[in-house]
Amino acid sequence: MMPDLGSYAQYVLSSYAVSLVLIVVLVAMSMHRARKVKAELEAIEARVKRQSGERATRNG
Amino acid sequence: MSFWEYANPVKFIRTTDRLLPWLSVTAVLCLAVGLIWGFFFTPDDFRQGSTVKIIYLHVPSALMAINAWLMMLVASIIWIVRRHHVSALAARAAAPVGAMMTVIALATGAIWGQPMWGTWWVWDPRLTSFLILFLFYLGYIALWSAIEDDDTAADLTSILCLVGSVFALLSRYAVLFWNQGLHQGASLSLDKEENVHDVFYFPLLVSIAGFVLLFIALVFLRTQTEIRARRARALQARERLA
Repeated sequence: MMPDLGSYAQYVLSSYAVSLVLIVVLVAMSMHRARKVKAELEAIEARVKRQSGERATRNG
Repeated sequence: MSFWEYANPVKFIRTTDRLLPWLSVTAVLCLAVGLIWGFFFTPDDFRQGSTVKIIYLHVPSALMAINAWLMMLVASIIWIVRRHHVSALAARAAAPVGAMMTVIALATGAIWGQPMWGTWWVWDPRLTSFLILFLFYLGYIALWSAIEDDDTAADLTSILCLVGSVFALLSRYAVLFWNQGLHQGASLSLDKEENVHDVFYFPLLVSIAGFVLLFIALVFLRTQTEIRARRARALQARERLA
């Protein structure tokens, strides 16, 4: 299945390895930050909503 | 329906949320098909041997490195002219993706250059302008992080983006301006005679489609994140004032 890359195998394989690792790392980092920021925003929005509700109750 | 509706952050997030799964699946499929086709099912080149298989990574990443900067340029101009936050944040979101594409292009180019040219690096016009483009990416990302006020950061990074565009275009057309240098001319052209052979051309096109879709998907996801992060900062600032 593996093609015969001859004496250039190390160059071809390292190109693919470096590129795929970089792509996977960037995708993983982007997804991780997306989830983290979304959760943080939801927590802040919930807190702000609760605080404004409490303020409204205090002010009658 | 106007294009400018997407300058509304809520509308942008709602629309891109619907598109993201499709874009991601298509990107992965195109990348898988293009790279597997290119790596396993294309012959060696009569001059370059098996190193020709690096083309399926090198050409698409170099193409996207330049086009990512041009996309940032358009987004920056929209910010300067129309002051839409989403466009400034889209430019910010695209920068790390473009930088990663530039690293892939530089790394695969160096790895390809060693067996073909006998050196990892030469101060050739195209390679040098590409390295400068990478440094512009780093500067652009650093400038966004260094300035606390989002609008000021967007203004200054937009100016930096305008200046850096010279190098983005140079890295594309350097081989046409200067004849010296080891780097060959374009592998893809509207003139069919100048293109690589069909046996390499079609898997290359699929791989390019994969890189383009991956770029769009990542920019959509990262722009959503930047929009949410900006709203979180605004709410926190309001909380501190209350």
